Amino acid sequence: MYNFDFVKPGSVADAVAALAGEEAQPLSGGQTLIPSMKARLNAPGSLVSLTGIPELVGVCREGDTLVIGAATTHAQVARDAAGDFPGLAALAGQIGDPAVRNKGTIGGSLANNDPSACYPAAALGTGATIVTDRREIAADDYFQGMFTTALEEGEIITSVRLPIPQASAYAKFVQPASRFALTAAFVARYASGVRVAITGASENGVFRWAEAEAALSSDFSANALDGLAHSAHEMIADLHGTAAYRAHLVGVMTRRAVAAAGS
Amino acid sequence: MSKVTMTVNGRKMAAEVEGRTLLSGFLREGLELTGTHVGCDTSQCGACVVLVNGQAVKSCTAFAADLEGAEVTTVEGMANPDGSLGNIQQAFQDYHGLQCGYCTPGMVMSTAALLADNPKPTEEEVRHYLEGNICRCTGYQNIVRAVMAASGQDVGALAAE
Amino acid sequence: MPKDDGIGASTKRREDTRFLTGNGKYTDDINLRGQTYVHFLRSDVAHGRIKGIDSSAAEAMDGVLRVFTAADFDSAGGIPCGWQVTDKHGQPMQEPKHPILAEGKVRHVGDPICAVVAETYAQARDAAEAIEVDIEELEPVVDMKAALKDGATKVHDDLSSNLCYDWGFVEENKDAVNEAFNNAAHVVSLELTNNRLVANPMEPRVAVGDYDPWGDSHTLYTTSQNPHVIRLLMGAFVLNIPEHKLRVVAPDVGGGFGSKIYHYAEEAFCTYAAKVLKRPVKWTSSRSEAFISDAHGRDHKTKIELALDADHNFTALRTETYANMGAYLSTFAPSIPTWLHGTLMAGNYKTPLIYVNVKAVFTNTVPVDAYRGAGRPEATFQIERLVDKAARELGVDPIELRRQNFIKPEEFPYQTPVAVVYDTGNYHATMDKMLELSDYAGFEARRAESAARGKLRGFGIAHYIEACGIAPSNLVGQLGARAGLYESASVRVNATGSISVYTGSHSHGQGHETTFAQVVAEMIGVDANSIEIHHGDTSNTPMGMGTYGSRSLAVGGSAIVKATNKIIDKAKKIAAHLLEAAPEDIELKDGKFSVAGTDKSVDWSGVTLAAYVPHNYPLEELEPGLEETAFYDPSNFTYPSGAYGCEVELDPETGKIDILRFIAADDFGNIVNPMIVEGQVHGGLAQGIGQALLENCVYDDQGQLLSGSYMDYTMPRADDMRGFTVDHSCVTPCTHNPLGVKGCGEAGAIGSPPAVVNAAIDALHRAGHTHITHIDMPLTPSRVWAAMNG
Repeated sequence: MYNFDFVKPGSVADAVAALAGEEAQPLSGGQTLIPSMKARLNAPGSLVSLTGIPELVGVCREGDTLVIGAATTHAQVARDAAGDFPGLAALAGQIGDPAVRNKGTIGGSLANNDPSACYPAAALGTGATIVTDRREIAADDYFQGMFTTALEEGEIITSVRLPIPQASAYAKFVQPASRFALTAAFVARYASGVRVAITGASENGVFRWAEAEAALSSDFSANALDGLAHSAHEMIADLHGTAAYRAHLVGVMTRRAVAAAGS
Repeated sequence: MSKVTMTVNGRKMAAEVEGRTLLSGFLREGLELTGTHVGCDTSQCGACVVLVNGQAVKSCTAFAADLEGAEVTTVEGMANPDGSLGNIQQAFQDYHGLQCGYCTPGMVMSTAALLADNPKPTEEEVRHYLEGNICRCTGYQNIVRAVMAASGQDVGALAAE
Repeated sequence: MPKDDGIGASTKRREDTRFLTGNGKYTDDINLRGQTYVHFLRSDVAHGRIKGIDSSAAEAMDGVLRVFTAADFDSAGGIPCGWQVTDKHGQPMQEPKHPILAEGKVRHVGDPICAVVAETYAQARDAAEAIEVDIEELEPVVDMKAALKDGATKVHDDLSSNLCYDWGFVEENKDAVNEAFNNAAHVVSLELTNNRLVANPMEPRVAVGDYDPWGDSHTLYTTSQNPHVIRLLMGAFVLNIPEHKLRVVAPDVGGGFGSKIYHYAEEAFCTYAAKVLKRPVKWTSSRSEAFISDAHGRDHKTKIELALDADHNFTALRTETYANMGAYLSTFAPSIPTWLHGTLMAGNYKTPLIYVNVKAVFTNTVPVDAYRGAGRPEATFQIERLVDKAARELGVDPIELRRQNFIKPEEFPYQTPVAVVYDTGNYHATMDKMLELSDYAGFEARRAESAARGKLRGFGIAHYIEACGIAPSNLVGQLGARAGLYESASVRVNATGSISVYTGSHSHGQGHETTFAQVVAEMIGVDANSIEIHHGDTSNTPMGMGTYGSRSLAVGGSAIVKATNKIIDKAKKIAAHLLEAAPEDIELKDGKFSVAGTDKSVDWSGVTLAAYVPHNYPLEELEPGLEETAFYDPSNFTYPSGAYGCEVELDPETGKIDILRFIAADDFGNIVNPMIVEGQVHGGLAQGIGQALLENCVYDDQGQLLSGSYMDYTMPRADDMRGFTVDHSCVTPCTHNPLGVKGCGEAGAIGSPPAVVNAAIDALHRAGHTHITHIDMPLTPSRVWAAMNG
């Protein structure tokens, strides 16, 4: 990879200042960034590590909301969210593999917004709030297509606030080589209704499946989805699955997530 | 270049690194600990897994500079104090859990991490835990047996299903 | 004889100690004083004409020592091909030059154009980006059939077409075969693809070239399965360095599976550049680079037809195969779809008439060569898929149809209509054993249990034959091999009785250091720990042909037996002198020489000491010392065979197939180390199951590799594999090698793909999807779902 200067600030303020430098990029767990740098697809002038900032790490419950520091690893979420939000903990426990989960972070995943990543489904599926060094962004506004988010240059995620649902589950059909999602569904039931977020399937990145949400909001059962099929329009087609196959999996995974969530 | 210090296999060690120096390079070139292997460049194969502060980490996907002061354990640190094979290493030999030996250091270190978390894993849990470690030689059957044996469980018969 | 380290014992592997403690020495662990690093600038287009290269900016960069291009290799030869196939008209194959660095044209993504040598690897790679290569892109040739159309773009301008050869076997049988089809009661046909694979040993390739002006000598450290072959090919054909000035060392090698047999351009480059620069030059492949520079495997498209009489006896078989050679001919590439494939088309059956046609085609893709099994998996897949399809079409039991047509145990040796003579086998026995171990009788109950969970369960079988332990040199010479295929061994007994064995069979996972020591320990009756096995260094082992084609024990082990017998013969003469008896009266047992019928004896170390301290020694009749070399050239291939049973469960909602159990009942003849043999079969099964369900090397129509990393090329994981039962209790010893052994390394990869696909088709048919007669590998969930819903 290209060389760069390595900076490891101890506070968010120092990190933001460092990121104002020319061609500076934040580094969190690095599980996607480092491979892309090895392939020379990414050439930061300096990397600003966010893993030395204590306030960015941790999982805590505030009322009906789970607040997760942006630099919290997947492994820590899988462990520490298990009591308050088991659906999220289970999702975190399915990302990558154990070693990846020990390094990768929720903030890094959301900032990258890979169309096949797991966390975007949880954030969008819960209607989470993405908290940055300068503002709060609703998940519905945050995800703006493949690898595209509402984040501005130099803006860093500090935490994610996820409303805790009454029931939730994540059903992931794994892309067997990369271990990302070929297609996966996150389903969350709230008093106000049901949210369904799909990852891995669309050329536009993570999305909500409105028809399924409507059906499930009136009847939270897998049967409620009978007869409902997602269109193959703008679905990803690659050597692991056709667009039609992914569209089909949207239905299968959503039904499985609902069944796993219980009532 | 900057100097990075870590405790590796119980000994304080230092080497000069660039920003882009990966932990795997720090170990292999900086410290000449060549037991840690690199088998891919996309963080999939797991040949490079080491323990960082007790947790399994892919050393090819971590910058040395980010790990100043870390406690690192590599396959070179897994033998008994008298130099004989440690428990996990011995189980891999006893159950023929390696062939060419290239993925083996990562397998041994992932096993160490697994057993620290889950001292008596089921076969299913072992197979699932090792999804980040690729072996091309063994078909995994004997690796799974070795991990089960290292955890003190009977591996006389792994169920057909 | 210690029970735990002789022939037949599951001796624990001695090499494991170094691998488990981080003390293995792989090529990338070698760093020489003053070492430099090379990075190859590779083509990112599949086909193009090089109009200019400007490396001036790169050469001015920090740390850069030199940028090499094809012009630097004007006096060097191309990378040679080791096998010449003659086509059906008696003409030699078309054989293009394979330059070290691209000359005039680039012919596949990954074709090396320039080589940048610098003080550090990072500097070399940084500088490579500053090189400007002006390439005029040409239409790439990717699809084999399109490549053979009139007017297709030519991969090599100097060849008449993209056809390497059009091979017919046995050409004289062609009319009789066609006649048999005309007279057949039933004809069953199938078109199928044997998917392109990437071998992917976990250790990527590495080469370190070194030059010593003191003796004007070269050393190449390389990740090779056969260092002597590299020395011969590179020294004699590429760089013009005589053997005595060239040492090739393959230290610990992290797997090969065929991909490290071949002589590669990077090896020649590092060897050459080290002399030019007077400093060692090292190349370490990344995994991404491996995908576009290691030879690939398989990639056949075939139409196969079977003729049967009214009683369902097989009467004839004919095939037409398109075999992808890639852009250049890799070392053994032409032999794979021909002599390692066509000769196996009889399978385990008494099909009297067979005709095989193979068209080998150049395309703008990475060269294709042997990958575990090499030709034999392609043959087995065709036959065993077709026999299964025949059983379905005829409404008969696929097991019974196979049994009816099997060569019977009393019919060996059996001359097939495709040249080879099977020496032994008992296919009925392996089939019975597999069915017993798989609890075939209980399948229906298990299927019903799956059905209750909404899952489809199927059971598939395959029976394979392979020819391995290659090969009789005079025979392969007639077939076009440009080398002999013997193996060598030197046994050096030291004064105190310890033994150093030097073998040409390189070990890169097979456990030779353990197995070979067991053989010698058993023969002499000494502790295996007193025996060291050396391999991999041309400076201390006699000329050896290396490790591939499941040949190490059958051929390399036989050479060791031969050399050890020479040692024993001489030791007996020494013992006879010491014991004042006739040599023919001396018996060797448990490491002790005794005079038959007496209590007079001398132990092994007494004899070895006498050989080296010959104070009391028949110097007028015998030379001192105890060291012997032997070469062994096999008189036939060995023919392992086996029955494989696979039970799968298919999720009809997603199309995902899970392996529930896999039973392998193999006949490997005699076995030296059952633990190691079992491990070899496990590994082969994983690669075969990987081919059937997961792995696929895919190019797009522009010749771009879509599966160029582990993000898209699916390597089998621990949770993809389960339920392996491996048996080798059916034994028909090989009749022509001294140990009675057959090869075991490739079997698993040969027999398993058709068993898996047959199981999947079985599951689908039992669930009523009878319109699905075949799905091409890999049977990914998406493909299976599409077949079910198509």
